[in-house]
Amino acid sequence: MNEPIDNIIARYRGQPGPLLLVLHAIQDELGYIPAEAVPAVAEGLNLSRAEVHGVVTFYHYFRQSPPGKHIVQLCRAESCQAMRGEQLAEHVQQRLEIGFHQTSADGRFSLEPVYCLGNCACSPAMMVDGHLYGRVSPVRFDELLAEWQQDP
Amino acid sequence: MSTVVYVSNDAAALSLGAEEVARAIAAQARAQGVEVVIKRNGSRGMFWLEPLVEVVTEGGRHAYGPVTVGNLPGLFAADFLHAGAHDLHLGPTEEIPYLKHQQRLTFARVGVIEPASLDDYLAHDGYRGLRRALTMSPAEIVRVVTESGLRGRGGAAFPTGIKWQTVLDASASEKYVTCNADEGDSGTFSDRMLMEGDPFVLIEGMTIAALAVGATQGYIYLRVEYPHAHRALNAAIALAYAAGYLGADVLGSGKRFDLEVRLGAGAYICGEETSMLESLEGRRGEVRVRPPLPAVKGLFGKPTIVNNVISLASVPIILDKGAIYYRDFGTGKSRGTLPVQLAGNLKRAGLVECAFGVSLRELLYDYAGGSASGRPLRTVQIGGPLGAYVPESQFDTALDYEALSNIGALLGHGGIVAFDDTVDMARMARYAMEFCANESCGKCTPCRIGSTRGVEVIDRIMHGMDRDQNLALLEDLCETMVQGSLCGLGGMAPFPVRSALKYFRDDFLKVRRP
Repeated sequence: MNEPIDNIIARYRGQPGPLLLVLHAIQDELGYIPAEAVPAVAEGLNLSRAEVHGVVTFYHYFRQSPPGKHIVQLCRAESCQAMRGEQLAEHVQQRLEIGFHQTSADGRFSLEPVYCLGNCACSPAMMVDGHLYGRVSPVRFDELLAEWQQDP
Repeated sequence: MSTVVYVSNDAAALSLGAEEVARAIAAQARAQGVEVVIKRNGSRGMFWLEPLVEVVTEGGRHAYGPVTVGNLPGLFAADFLHAGAHDLHLGPTEEIPYLKHQQRLTFARVGVIEPASLDDYLAHDGYRGLRRALTMSPAEIVRVVTESGLRGRGGAAFPTGIKWQTVLDASASEKYVTCNADEGDSGTFSDRMLMEGDPFVLIEGMTIAALAVGATQGYIYLRVEYPHAHRALNAAIALAYAAGYLGADVLGSGKRFDLEVRLGAGAYICGEETSMLESLEGRRGEVRVRPPLPAVKGLFGKPTIVNNVISLASVPIILDKGAIYYRDFGTGKSRGTLPVQLAGNLKRAGLVECAFGVSLRELLYDYAGGSASGRPLRTVQIGGPLGAYVPESQFDTALDYEALSNIGALLGHGGIVAFDDTVDMARMARYAMEFCANESCGKCTPCRIGSTRGVEVIDRIMHGMDRDQNLALLEDLCETMVQGSLCGLGGMAPFPVRSALKYFRDDFLKVRRP
């Protein structure tokens, strides 16, 4: 029994096509979709485990392990590439000492690639913990990093 | 007398510090004992000027930008609240050339009104289209949309009215109106700006669509990367319900229309309409084989309208001002206006809505002022990651569906990403295949396997391994993907690759260090 997950299933099970709603709510609540959620969701929505697992793994947004305290989503798409986004990506990986799809050993940062944040007039762009940043230079990144590092 | 000051609440403006500027203006005004009312609008789409601050004066709205918190003491000292002279003073907002020469129909209110205010929407011609539609029969509404010449702005450019007619003609116990707000193409942000800056116009457009085909339920399928738009839409939907514009009895007509936002989860393929429907139903976003068309058998197996945000948001003005008013803009078979998004390496990137027919060169140089880096522009990619690369020699091409198609390019959702002469086109071609491999839904082989093989073949070409054979193989692979893929992802990923090969072949042949 997992109370938050059961509550979420109960909240959405009456909706048409509820699986993505449920998975979003679980990730909003827990930060990721834990393995034990899969059978619970499958049973609650009358789906097979394979169907639920298939959906969790199909969508890039759903995580299967807990993220770091700060989630850095860096845009890797063309518009950002046209504005030295690849150099920024190198810099960010170096500073955070992790690669894409990784979480730092101290659990402070996760780095995720995204393909477009819709901020293409202000490339390169990134989103950190839901806050959008535009025209991010390596210097600007370092300033922001210093702020997050002060946050215990 | 308090002065009204507008500071944008658009995600891009916020990404450049608009929130901090708004707060600092309020604090400084308080400290000086000046009364200001700060209103939060969408963005005017002039992003090199964001954070843009507008003050309302007797002579209309005056703009200052780009404003930082550090500029504020100087701006207050210059009495910017009364349009005082300052280095950042841009004059009356509407007179800024970038804005002045546009033809804003769909974006008429974006950046002007407060998106969170239904009253402001109504005061700027909001819901006039719906009121008009309520006096018409479904067939009449569909006819007006057909006669306007509106074609799907998501990328496929299918005539909107004909799609609606198919749904109207289908008989079913339930029909749906769905809005594809999975704006995943790099270089595009018009859907986002519209949803954040004028969410009611989308709600109104969807309500009109529902009346036109007899649907009672609508869904906006919004990409999860757009949290600001999500909040703006939900706030507007709640207000629309409270005021009787949505719900069991739309404006006392006895017609029901319910509307809900559903979030995607980071899958580019879900911008493909059948994949979007699968996702809305709570499944993996694997594309469906067509036929049946979604208009016949769509969401939950019922007849369904699937339209892009801009298509639906263009409907209210068509209903309000008439099909002919809208059709009179544009050229040939491309009628009306297109919100072009200028992105990438450009000095003045932003949103330009104008009638079809404007040339690429005008957009890239007159509007955007050339590259941001100061280096020559080498190419632009139009229409997202599956769009062709267009070389400088073709910049005189007009922006309309047919003219672009004639040069082997496509307009897509109207995003233009510019690159300067430092771009390596072999790498961009490789990226196109890599992106396709990453985002393939996996249902068909040409896309799923072809894209991965494409990356490998381009790698071999770039490293000089059996170059001629691999170039021939790449051409063959592109042809297989174009002919054999189920949907546009695999079917169009070869477009950027082939255009890069055609116009920038030297980039594939140059000697690289391992």
